[in-house]
Amino acid sequence: MTTFREMSYVDAIIEGIAEEMRIDPKIFHMSTEAPARLHSEFGFPRVRQTPIAESALTGMAIGAAGAGYRPIVDWRLVTFCFVAMDQIVNQAAKIHYMFGGQTRFPIVFRTTVGGGTRRAAQHSQSPYSMFMQLTGLKLAIPSTPADAKGLIKTAIRDDNPVIFFEAGRIGNVSGPVPTEDVCIPFGQADIKRAGKDVTIIALAWMVHEALAAAEELSAEGIDVEVIDPRTLVPMDMETIKKSVLKTGRLIIADEAPAAASVSADVAARVVEDAESFEALKAPVVRVTGLDAPIPYSPSLEDYIFPDRSRIADAVRKLL
Amino acid sequence: MTNLSPERQYAMLRRMITIRRFEEIASEKFRAGDIYGVVHAYSGEEAVAVGVCEALRDGDQIISTHRGHGHCIAKGADLNRMMAELYGRADGYCKGKGGSMHIADFSIGMLGANGIVAGGISIITGAGLASQMDDKGAVAVGFFGDGASNAGPFHESINIAASWKLPVVYVCENNQWAVNVPAEESVATPNVADRAQGYGIPGVIVDGNDVYAVHNAAVDAVARARAGQGPTLIEAKTYRHRRHTERLDQPDARPPEQIEAWLQEDKDPIARMISLLQSQSDLLPNERLEELKTIVEEDLATAVSFAEKSPFPSKESALEDVFSGLAK
Repeated sequence: MTTFREMSYVDAIIEGIAEEMRIDPKIFHMSTEAPARLHSEFGFPRVRQTPIAESALTGMAIGAAGAGYRPIVDWRLVTFCFVAMDQIVNQAAKIHYMFGGQTRFPIVFRTTVGGGTRRAAQHSQSPYSMFMQLTGLKLAIPSTPADAKGLIKTAIRDDNPVIFFEAGRIGNVSGPVPTEDVCIPFGQADIKRAGKDVTIIALAWMVHEALAAAEELSAEGIDVEVIDPRTLVPMDMETIKKSVLKTGRLIIADEAPAAASVSADVAARVVEDAESFEALKAPVVRVTGLDAPIPYSPSLEDYIFPDRSRIADAVRKLL
Repeated sequence: MTNLSPERQYAMLRRMITIRRFEEIASEKFRAGDIYGVVHAYSGEEAVAVGVCEALRDGDQIISTHRGHGHCIAKGADLNRMMAELYGRADGYCKGKGGSMHIADFSIGMLGANGIVAGGISIITGAGLASQMDDKGAVAVGFFGDGASNAGPFHESINIAASWKLPVVYVCENNQWAVNVPAEESVATPNVADRAQGYGIPGVIVDGNDVYAVHNAAVDAVARARAGQGPTLIEAKTYRHRRHTERLDQPDARPPEQIEAWLQEDKDPIARMISLLQSQSDLLPNERLEELKTIVEEDLATAVSFAEKSPFPSKESALEDVFSGLAK
């Protein structure tokens, strides 16, 4: 029987990495700040503190992976990876394909996304859909400590470059985490709450907001299903389709703005599918961040981001 | 001049002639429509790849640039599979997915040509990090041009390699033109090698058209890297004989008299090596030279025929290799 221990989202990720590092000596971790717990257990050279040079670190991970290692690079805030876009877009995403699959590039790029932390525009971004366009990168975005641990372990064992998006707002949120060696397969969405009236697909912090909205709505007799895809590439459309066939109503909640987004992609894929389209009783609705760089002041930032009340309102309007 | 055995010198000359002829044939086939996209010929710079790679051993790794055929050949890549890749065929190194700018052979430590200027420098630095952690004395060599030395990855990577004493040799092939921008207008220091000072590592300037000089500099840098003393920046001054790419619809800004001067026998790296072998050391009788040239022609004729006979990849294979292992 699986036993659980209560721990934070960030601690769960570090625990997952530590478990994998104990098994496989080829795994090493590079970041501009070495996580204390990893550093004290594994030390140098497996846990490296690096210069602030994300472009070089990203390229170095590719070179080390091609030479048989399994590097983990923590870009820290996703903001900082933009200086490494050549290495991400032109190299990491394409190198396996371009060279005809000659060798593997098992790399995990960790990075923090999302807002709600009062750090303004440059430090509050959710650009994961940009990376969906690239083809060649797997993308994970857990919403709970247990998912975070199970997915980081799978990410490390995957033979491809994986970007592991960590939601900054969830970092200190605690929850039960399996103490055993539990990996969560990529491409397997999780039904966080079962319901029959409306499907809400939510990512990262929005999973928690959607669950809160569902709780509020249940008092009004509305039965909401909340699904967390957990990985964006691959995307588990099967679970989403099943839910849409059941409820006939779909809401997608994401902090990222609506244009060319995960929400746009899921909506398109649902309406492209004849059965799902047929089952829809109402238009697909997206509850997303508004179109502005994320502002600093709490009154402004809170207005930009969707929350439980905006999600609940959207559900009420659908019924 | 050198303590290389005559046999090794013949092998080096053979590789240099192979590169020159490979590029001439590739350019010809490009114009004939058998090779697509772009071809960046390495002609004129052969002494750099061959001189450096002769200082390496099995287990050492190199990375290349968009002008990558020469590095592949110098590291021992298979000519048949190279030519088949240029032809876009199923038996090419990348199964027809890469073409001229993306030939790699990881089994011989050739980590790939790269279509992005400066794109390979941090990757080879990571290979150097892997070598350091493996602790088996392997070194990593990054080839790039004068243009790349102006880009961020050059500086970030060398700073890290120097700080961590990584076993990397950075080889700048200064052919004096970044496409159509002259180095004298775009590199702030008189020499690219001067930039090594900023990172506390040796910066060595070498005549890039003298294969022996290049080889000697590489031997020293490789020894230093193997000994755990960190990276070296070698600047090989050279010149490309041909325009930036074989596409004739793009301009060549280089002065014709400059090109002409570099094409002369006193500048050409192959002519210079032959001249040294014949006049100074009497090591290369004319019959031997003719024999070498014949072998090269045969090798390349075989490569062209291999490429022509190889099938085009099946269209379904376009969706293979996106991910390693079982794709989603």
